[in-house]
Amino acid sequence: MSRDIAILGVGMHPWGKWGKSFVEYGVVAARAALVDAGVKWRDVQFVSGAATIRNGYPGQVAGATFAQALGWQGAQVNTSYAACASGSQALAAARSKILSGECEVALVIGADTTPKGFLKPAPGDRPDDPDWVRFRIGITNPTYFALYARRRMALYGDTLADFAAVKVKNAAHGYTNPNARYRKKFTAEDVAASAMLADPLRLMDVCAVSDGAAAIIVSSVDYARRLGKAGAPRVAAVSTVTPTFASALVEMPDIATDSAIAAKAQSFRAALPAKAYAEAGVDPADISVAEVYDLSTALELDWIEDLQLCPRGAAARLVREGATTIGGRVPVNPSGGLACFGEAVPAQALAQVCELTWQLRGQAGARQIDNARVGITANQGLFGHGSSVIVKR
Amino acid sequence: MNAPAVAAPMPVLDGWFTLDAERPQLLGNRCARCGTVYFPKLKSGYCRHPDCDGDAFDEVPLSRTGTLWSYTNAAYQPPEPFAQVDKDAYRPFAIAAVELAAEQMIVLGPVVDGVGVEQLKVGMTMALKLEALADGKLTWKWAPAGAMA
Ligand SMILES: [Zn+2]
Repeated sequence: MSRDIAILGVGMHPWGKWGKSFVEYGVVAARAALVDAGVKWRDVQFVSGAATIRNGYPGQVAGATFAQALGWQGAQVNTSYAACASGSQALAAARSKILSGECEVALVIGADTTPKGFLKPAPGDRPDDPDWVRFRIGITNPTYFALYARRRMALYGDTLADFAAVKVKNAAHGYTNPNARYRKKFTAEDVAASAMLADPLRLMDVCAVSDGAAAIIVSSVDYARRLGKAGAPRVAAVSTVTPTFASALVEMPDIATDSAIAAKAQSFRAALPAKAYAEAGVDPADISVAEVYDLSTALELDWIEDLQLCPRGAAARLVREGATTIGGRVPVNPSGGLACFGEAVPAQALAQVCELTWQLRGQAGARQIDNARVGITANQGLFGHGSSVIVKR
Repeated sequence: MNAPAVAAPMPVLDGWFTLDAERPQLLGNRCARCGTVYFPKLKSGYCRHPDCDGDAFDEVPLSRTGTLWSYTNAAYQPPEPFAQVDKDAYRPFAIAAVELAAEQMIVLGPVVDGVGVEQLKVGMTMALKLEALADGKLTWKWAPAGAMA
């Protein structure tokens, strides 16, 4: 298929709080991906970096910074900023470059160093900035996750035990993942005993922020074949659509939805995988594994439904039946997800693709899913950014 | 139940709501062409409906009551620019997402002091109220309609 590109190699720097520069993390991930791919750094023709502003300043936090650290060799360069979807936009840029024939092999890379505590807006009064406004009246990130969680309870009868079950599952999945930050098994009692953060969500229902880096070497299918890697997993779709007016949900950092007086209210989360399915010609029933953005336990349940892995409102039952556990019908977050990693914004969407690659190659060790053939990722970040990537073999 | 507003109450955000102590209303604006209501007010001068070329907007007060879509609370004190109090003095407050039928939109806001999550239920009617934040600035808040004075 001419619309596919090959994933030749993947690599990560373990997630954690290491107190080092994002550049160091990125170099570790890039070198691991190059070794995994069997590609020499000097042969890489395009460097596609995923950026986040808080690491430094625009211009420094860019693809070129990683290229310099690896040794400037004249590759073309690009930098993508798209909040949590930065990694996917960087992947999309590499894919376009490869499919247009402008390059054959590219490095896609994202790395993050995170501050402690609440993510909060920059100082200064900015009443026209929705991010400033919501903090001014006391609305933080967990507020949004909690509103969605409570809505599930009212609409579908989800319980706190259902949310805790997601945490217990993801903790068990990530327990043996060498790249995960938190490798500890938890029980439902542990979750119930953690402090309330934003009712009904407790501290253990909500993910932390981490340092980390992920890198991917992608190439044309021809290049992969010449390298003797014709069977390498392929990227079959990269969806980075914007929302469609009018928004059905209050999205961070807004304090209101769009008015649906003149246009139908639409779900952004559901639109992201829908575009990926259409692009790849893949049916939700074909999915063997999913990596989704579990910023909260309850949000994983929303994603399962947005990915059409079950009807709306049935995700908690799927988790209860064990269908989303490794060994079940469609495992979700076999890596351990954000619950075990903590969010490293520009690296996270790429980390999801790394996990799918290992799963599809049969290299996921104790986390391995039987006969994984098609995987999908999904994530959403601030200001209308989100993505969904389909990987197949 | 709440202290009466001082002589010249200062809103936390200028022009976002009326200062009517009894019957406050959020202030939005409406596209004269397609009828879409914006809150906060659209300031770009061009309607965000992708098929609408509207560039004229009228200020409109929003419905004072709506249906509770969902709710939560802030168990920990939010960071600045939220007006800070001593850690020991902080009391968790509830937060409501209220669906306005006429505007067909959901608007967030803190819930009035003294009403916790245990007193809220999705689907109940909520009404708009004004109450001061810790720095004395007035903000809009939601209150169960039955609890209105
Ligand atoms: Zn309009």
